[in-house]
Amino acid sequence: MERYYFDHNATTPIAPAVIDAMLPVLRDGFGNASSIHQPGQHAKQVLERARRQVANFLGCSPKEIVFTSGGTEADNLAILSVGGHIVTSNIEHPAILSACARAESFTLVEADANGLVHPSAIQDAIRPDTALVSIMHVNNELGAVQPIEEIARIAHDAGALFHSDGVQAAGRVPVNLKNIDFYSISGHKLNAPKGIGALFVRRGVDCLPRQFGGRQEQGRRAGTENVPACAAFGAACELARPDLTALRDRLEQGILAQVPQAVVNGANAPRVANTTNIRFAGIEGEAMVIALDLRGFAVSSGAACSSGAVEPSHVLTAIGLTREQAKSSIRFSLGLGNTVEQVDALIGAVVASVAHLRRLSPVYV
Amino acid sequence: MSKQPLIAVAMSGGVDSSVVAGLLKREGANIVGMTMQLWNQRRLAELAPETATGRCCSIDDVYDARYVAQLVGIPYYVVNFEDAFEKNVVKPFVDDYLHGRTPIPCTLCNNFIKFDTFIEMAEGVGADKIATGHYARITQNSESGRWELRRALDDTKDQTYFLFGLTQTQLARTLFPLGGMVKTEVRELAKTLALPIADKGDSQEICFVPNGDYKSFIEAYCREQNISLGDMSGDIITRDGQVLGEHSGYHSYTVGQRRGLKIAAGEPLYVIATEPESKRVIVGRDEELLTQAFTARDVNWISIPPIQAPRRSQVRIRNRHVPSDATLVPAGDDTRVQVRFDSPQRAVTPGQGAVFYDGDLVLGGGWID
Repeated sequence: MERYYFDHNATTPIAPAVIDAMLPVLRDGFGNASSIHQPGQHAKQVLERARRQVANFLGCSPKEIVFTSGGTEADNLAILSVGGHIVTSNIEHPAILSACARAESFTLVEADANGLVHPSAIQDAIRPDTALVSIMHVNNELGAVQPIEEIARIAHDAGALFHSDGVQAAGRVPVNLKNIDFYSISGHKLNAPKGIGALFVRRGVDCLPRQFGGRQEQGRRAGTENVPACAAFGAACELARPDLTALRDRLEQGILAQVPQAVVNGANAPRVANTTNIRFAGIEGEAMVIALDLRGFAVSSGAACSSGAVEPSHVLTAIGLTREQAKSSIRFSLGLGNTVEQVDALIGAVVASVAHLRRLSPVYV
Repeated sequence: MSKQPLIAVAMSGGVDSSVVAGLLKREGANIVGMTMQLWNQRRLAELAPETATGRCCSIDDVYDARYVAQLVGIPYYVVNFEDAFEKNVVKPFVDDYLHGRTPIPCTLCNNFIKFDTFIEMAEGVGADKIATGHYARITQNSESGRWELRRALDDTKDQTYFLFGLTQTQLARTLFPLGGMVKTEVRELAKTLALPIADKGDSQEICFVPNGDYKSFIEAYCREQNISLGDMSGDIITRDGQVLGEHSGYHSYTVGQRRGLKIAAGEPLYVIATEPESKRVIVGRDEELLTQAFTARDVNWISIPPIQAPRRSQVRIRNRHVPSDATLVPAGDDTRVQVRFDSPQRAVTPGQGAVFYDGDLVLGGGWID
């Protein structure tokens, strides 16, 4: 069966050029980047080249890049390296929310019905002891692009640092780190493998390690560097990335034109070009995901719990959707490799699947 | 896509449903495995320390089911029915106890989850039939075309007592591949199919109640839901009004129960009823538990159309009860039946099911009123 992948916000396939960059390092670059000898020096060179690639990609200095095991670790590192009160939002990734629960204190700012966090709400939530404001750059479920420049200014005016979870943003929207103190990115959302990510830490900003051992990453992240993954990450940062707006709009409009009672969640927010989140009245999103998967299309609905069952997305309920509405929503996220033909095939499968599910639905009339 | 019908197999991670998946796959059927996530074990965690038995939907079970699906080589999904399960099974279970009835959650789960929500999910994903590891047989009457439910070949494993709510549409979409097998055969098959769960124990009676301690479960659930139980203690009293002692909560007593009464009497005494209004637990001698006749409500007719005249049958009033000769008498409409036993039966308990048999044929069943 042909498999068409439309879940790039969950993870992305590794690009061939990335595999090409990684394989020689797996074969010959086994050295420990901290070793004095030639194999070690070679690994160190590969590592630092990757760091320069990531820094170029983000527009910062290589010295401001801390390699981590991924987005979650980068988020945790930023949140937990600052003491005091934290202001964040109710649509953040669990890597932020769960880390905040372990911080001294935090305030959750509520996003609006379109999934946007208002700078004025951040302003209201800031306290004299607020040390950090953390607002994601692009929301993973809705694709809503947050006004982080303005929020960063508010944070700084109040004497707080600003972190942004850029895991869904990097490579998809322009990133300007000028007023940002911490910025998290993840390799596997960028066509690199899992197990590699980075935290940008502005020069002069303290970043206390969360794991302890050797002096790697300027003492900010102990542990022998994953050099082949860093090389892959660096290569992924140099990939050409086509604008996906036309393809996403074709998908969204194709579905809306053919499926009655379908609504785009958060349609009125500025959105990243690759994501659309559509609510289909009267259907069980979980059934639709399985039905589409059995036909070769990978899409997503909600969040997977530890057993693998689907729970309604906390982002969708946070923007005011009922549990039922959240459960009837499907996220389509595009990326490298998706074509017009694939999009048209997906539209056909979605139309058929919604019609089938609605025929069976006790609630849809 | 192949034109071959797609069968959704309900996989619990246990031996029976794993064998169903293995068997159907060996027969060349087009199947998809699914595990129903019914209850979040993180809730009421105080009841279930890691060592507790009788935990449903544990990560271990999902792990086993997923592994079996991988070995068998079929697509596999975990489907989340927690909302439906709580609404249709857990809440009524608690409610029944609080109203002095003794519920059978397995029947509610079959009626509302396994043969309703699950069938709906299966059809939604494009499946034509479902298959489960239940021990029961489904046949079709060649003359009337009516679907019939029959007792399992292995009488010790027969589960028809819990299946009396099945409708014709549900039966038409369901396969019970184990109905004609005995348990030892199933375990042998598990070994032959090289399924790693061949020696796994059978599942517990009430899957979501850890250690069978339903009293603690009800109390913890009501605490979580902010349902005020108030003071549930009251008198232990005989039919003729003699107060023999006190109890700490009527919801922990079941008709027929002898142990745990903590009263001194000259002869063995049994619970014969609980009265939520007066919070009294009525006790009496063994013979006071005997009942000649009762009414079954919400009767579902399976293998025969609703009866219009008295009909002989063997009626089972508990899972372990041996079906006893009785006459079924229509009582008003098609959903009410008076059951008149030939000889009185012990502990006819409101809230339990009454299932009507004719030999191995399940005529239908209802709830003891």
